Amino acid sequence: MIVSLEWLKDYTDIKVSPEEFCDRMIMSGSNLETLELVGRDFKNVVVGKIEKIEKHPDADKLVVCQLNIGQADFVQIVTGATNVFEGALVPVALHNSVIPGPLHGKTKEEGGTKITKGKLRGVESYGMLCSFGELGFEDKVVPVNQKDGIWILEGEYTLGMDFSDALGLKDEIIDFEITPNRPDCLSMIGMAREAGATFGTELKYPNTKCEKEEGSAEEFLSVEIKSDLCKRYVGRVVRDVKVRQSPWWLQKRLIHAGMRPINNIVDITNYVMLEYGQPLHAFDIEALKDHKIVVSQADKGEVFTTLDGSERQLDENMLMIHDSEKSVAVAGVMGGLNSEITENTTTIVIESANFEANSVRTTAKKLGLRTEASSRYEKGIDPNLCQAAADRVCYLIELLGAGTVVGNRVDVYPNVISAKSVNARVSRINKVLGISLDRDQMVKYLESLEMKVEGTADDLIVTPPTVRQDIEIEEDIVEEIARLYGYDKLPVTIPKGNNEAGQSPDRDLKDLAKDTLTGIGLNEIQTYSFVSPKSVDNVRIEEDSWERAFVKILNPLGEDTSVMRTILMPQMLEVMGRNYSRNLAEMKAFEIGNTFMENVLNPQELPMESYNLSIGMYGQGVDFFTLKGVVITLLNKLGIEDLEFVPETEYGTYHPGRCGRIVAKHIAHLENGDREEEVELGIMGEIHPEVSEKYGIGIRCYGCELMFDNIFELADTTKAYRPLPKYPAMTRDIALLCDESMTVAEIEKVIKASDNTILRDVRLFDIYRSSQIGEGKKSMAFSLTYRHNDRTLTEDDVQKAHSLVLENLKEKLGVSLREL
Amino acid sequence: MQEILKGILEETKEQIEKVVSLPELEEIRIKVMGKKGQLTEILKGMGKLSPEDRKEMGRIANQTKGEIEAAINNAFKALKEKAQEAKLRAEKIDITEPAKEIKLGTKHPLTVTMEEIAKVFKSMGFTLTEGPEIETVFNNFDALNAGPNHPARDWTDTFYVNEEVLLRTQTSPVQVRTLQSQKPPIRVFAPGRCFRCDTPDATHSPMFHQVEGLVVDEGITMADLKGVLDSFAKQMFGEETKTKFRPHHFPFTEPSAEMDVSCFKCGGKGCRVCKGSGWIEILGCGMVHPSVLNVGGIDTEKYTGFAFGMGVERVAMLKYGIDDIRLLYENDMRFIEQFK
Repeated sequence: MIVSLEWLKDYTDIKVSPEEFCDRMIMSGSNLETLELVGRDFKNVVVGKIEKIEKHPDADKLVVCQLNIGQADFVQIVTGATNVFEGALVPVALHNSVIPGPLHGKTKEEGGTKITKGKLRGVESYGMLCSFGELGFEDKVVPVNQKDGIWILEGEYTLGMDFSDALGLKDEIIDFEITPNRPDCLSMIGMAREAGATFGTELKYPNTKCEKEEGSAEEFLSVEIKSDLCKRYVGRVVRDVKVRQSPWWLQKRLIHAGMRPINNIVDITNYVMLEYGQPLHAFDIEALKDHKIVVSQADKGEVFTTLDGSERQLDENMLMIHDSEKSVAVAGVMGGLNSEITENTTTIVIESANFEANSVRTTAKKLGLRTEASSRYEKGIDPNLCQAAADRVCYLIELLGAGTVVGNRVDVYPNVISAKSVNARVSRINKVLGISLDRDQMVKYLESLEMKVEGTADDLIVTPPTVRQDIEIEEDIVEEIARLYGYDKLPVTIPKGNNEAGQSPDRDLKDLAKDTLTGIGLNEIQTYSFVSPKSVDNVRIEEDSWERAFVKILNPLGEDTSVMRTILMPQMLEVMGRNYSRNLAEMKAFEIGNTFMENVLNPQELPMESYNLSIGMYGQGVDFFTLKGVVITLLNKLGIEDLEFVPETEYGTYHPGRCGRIVAKHIAHLENGDREEEVELGIMGEIHPEVSEKYGIGIRCYGCELMFDNIFELADTTKAYRPLPKYPAMTRDIALLCDESMTVAEIEKVIKASDNTILRDVRLFDIYRSSQIGEGKKSMAFSLTYRHNDRTLTEDDVQKAHSLVLENLKEKLGVSLREL
Repeated sequence: MQEILKGILEETKEQIEKVVSLPELEEIRIKVMGKKGQLTEILKGMGKLSPEDRKEMGRIANQTKGEIEAAINNAFKALKEKAQEAKLRAEKIDITEPAKEIKLGTKHPLTVTMEEIAKVFKSMGFTLTEGPEIETVFNNFDALNAGPNHPARDWTDTFYVNEEVLLRTQTSPVQVRTLQSQKPPIRVFAPGRCFRCDTPDATHSPMFHQVEGLVVDEGITMADLKGVLDSFAKQMFGEETKTKFRPHHFPFTEPSAEMDVSCFKCGGKGCRVCKGSGWIEILGCGMVHPSVLNVGGIDTEKYTGFAFGMGVERVAMLKYGIDDIRLLYENDMRFIEQFK
């Protein structure tokens, strides 16, 4: 709500500085957007009268004006403006003046533009005649008749007077942020009520009583409400209307409120709307067939032309103002072109009505037409304002001599809203706020807001004015007391009671995973929870697979963010692609985030959400085994040690020869005893070249996606001490000649199965290929560690176990020792 | 013979003094004490002496041998030390050459900010709790007192999955879940992702993070709310931070407030960060609205509570001076690595 302090002073006394006014209003609940001091940004600009206009000797488009600025000598100014005439009063920026600009299409300068004397085509010019724009006014507030050319003043002014003083332009304009619960503050009176309560000053309502009224409105107008979306309709009638410019004081207030002056009737309705917060509309009564107003919903498919000349498609939920046969306005949004006030209008109907907030909101939204009126209606307006606002319009019309007011009003108000009381308790208010305020002080605060307070002792029976639709329960009263007492004066305490802080174990694990991965050099990324449905195509996910069971957003911003992600890998690839395209030679990153899936089994329940962890990396020296190392380190840290990497050739995202499923073995404690189980934790591999190409990654890259929910299940971060080995170990190195297709895992499995008494560790330390050992063959060297827990090993112990290992290898896999 | 021995001793000592390398020293040792060395030859010739002379000469010869050995050993030690010294000198490196890179990873700045916030609230006895990102319309709006006509429910503001399910627009539904599942005393905070239909630009993102807080107990007052949040601000932004609570409006709190903190860039004098006001708006808060407590079946006469919520992106952007929210979701490694 834009508030001119000069204007606000009409309704309540303000004795403090604008800054203090703002500070205290903020603390009582009217938050400040901006405070602007206006009318101070031009210097040495005065009121002048054009005494004489002559042609410029050397330029067709320029004229030479002699300006009377109240001094003996005239000031000569050359101008190119075409709307000047002899006798016109104009703003004159003298030699060495400053105007805010913008000047001649140039952008507005910080600190304004300096005007000095100069020659225009050889003729001396001692300053400049100014337009609204050059004096710093925005286009949208410049009065219709002043849009082009120099500002021509209407009325009497002292020549040579400081322009800002002469027109009363110095003002403080405050833009208050009004929260949705306080539509009553979208009005000067509402803000004056707040100011009165904040500073303890009296609220003065504006005059609404006309001096002279003739006849009765019912003789001219009948009103019928046919929809409950209209709660009240007040119509008043004014005859002998003279449509012309408004006086400057009225124009100025509208301009300072950010509105454009149009003509006296429109300006008055806008002015009263700003005063009361009640939108008003004026119809030409001759445009209303049978002088009848019918408020009802639109016909389906109806097309209507609004004041701005646009054709609007209506639907049956939109509330319209009709006469006896046609639509004349979209209720609460905009009038129709067919009933607009023109220069020929003589009798008008002033509409001051109340329309249901939500109906106006949806209508305005559907029509894409948000107006000053609709934005007020949609927040909710007190129907009890209708009459006063209509009367105020009539008063101002009479005051400005703009017409003859017809007596009485047509007022259709089916369900009168009356003030409702709210019960509150002094003790409860103090208890919630942590203070001990006495009843009298509370009553004083409430009464300063025009609330009536009854009851005795602890009981406060509070009746707020009907404009305060937000006051419904005791807590609302608590807030009123708190804000007028001052939030800053409330004590600062720490709540009693001792709570044990904590977090869930799965959150602990997520934190631990982040710490571990960053500790070994991976960066964390965060990407949107929604993705394009095409993302799964890009990573070559098969049709009908679970990764395509998307939760779809009905109203996405665009296709790219239209479904909830089921996996994290597409976004990891996108980030890798982005970094690669920005010439980052290497990248190692991870993301831990929610993934979503349709709840196919229980569609009435919320979709399933689970945490996934993705890893992505590329760069020099990075290969499959770099990633494998990261995965193992992470899982080991989370207490998952027994891992198997099972080759996977069918998952489209990955290179078929360089991909594996990550399987953990663990002992499940079941009712009928323990059982070893295998749990798949995720998948990893080199990204398929087609996929990396899609994401613009021109280098081999690697990815992994883990299902965190499965990790939660298996993770065990409890630590226990195991005694250090007391007896020395013996190692035996063996080199095995085998086919290229033989895997390390196969050999390890056989070796480990051979002995479970003294074999402690099996470790591959070399793979060797050469023509010497033959095509399609390789030699794998393992180091086997033997140790007895209870005594020193003998050569014999080791020999026995070791030969069994070799025997098994030969028997089960057909591999034998390579002669070294 | 005695003279000869003396001669050998002196000559050898003289030679040892001149020695500059280990091989030279070895040469001398062999010359004197080797199998065919001077001293060895003499000792061999001792057999010809009388037993008395042999005894006497033996003593002298051994003494000479000892002295020569000692001299050689000393020389050996000295030469070795010298050699070591020379070697070390030769191995001098330019310690100003660049270090071998050991790369630590970096957490995302939003995680870093969230962890800082979490640390503060945990220190005040708050338990971290979480809720789903896809929520019911009821939990996100109705239960939080935002009725059917609340503008935030519009399709232009909120992402819907169906008529009853949406992407949560705030972390406040965690309040509802907590009130439905726990009995007072309640002291929780809930970080998480939220979604609103905002087209991305420098200050808007369709996805963002919030941290929600909720305290419900007997005798909780608005003064307690001020105490907790003032303490949070001081721990988060520095001991000298001041707070200002302004009246505001939220459907699920009454009374409601917004908390400003004194600008941590300029200390309150006014700068670009605080747009000259000296204050920065950080969070919304208030006393829990009774209709919200009612959703959890909590006796509003007995219990009161307060709640608060803040935007993590906003805090991170202010704290680190990030001027475009989109940077947070671009994940350029050069950006992320700035938050080591």
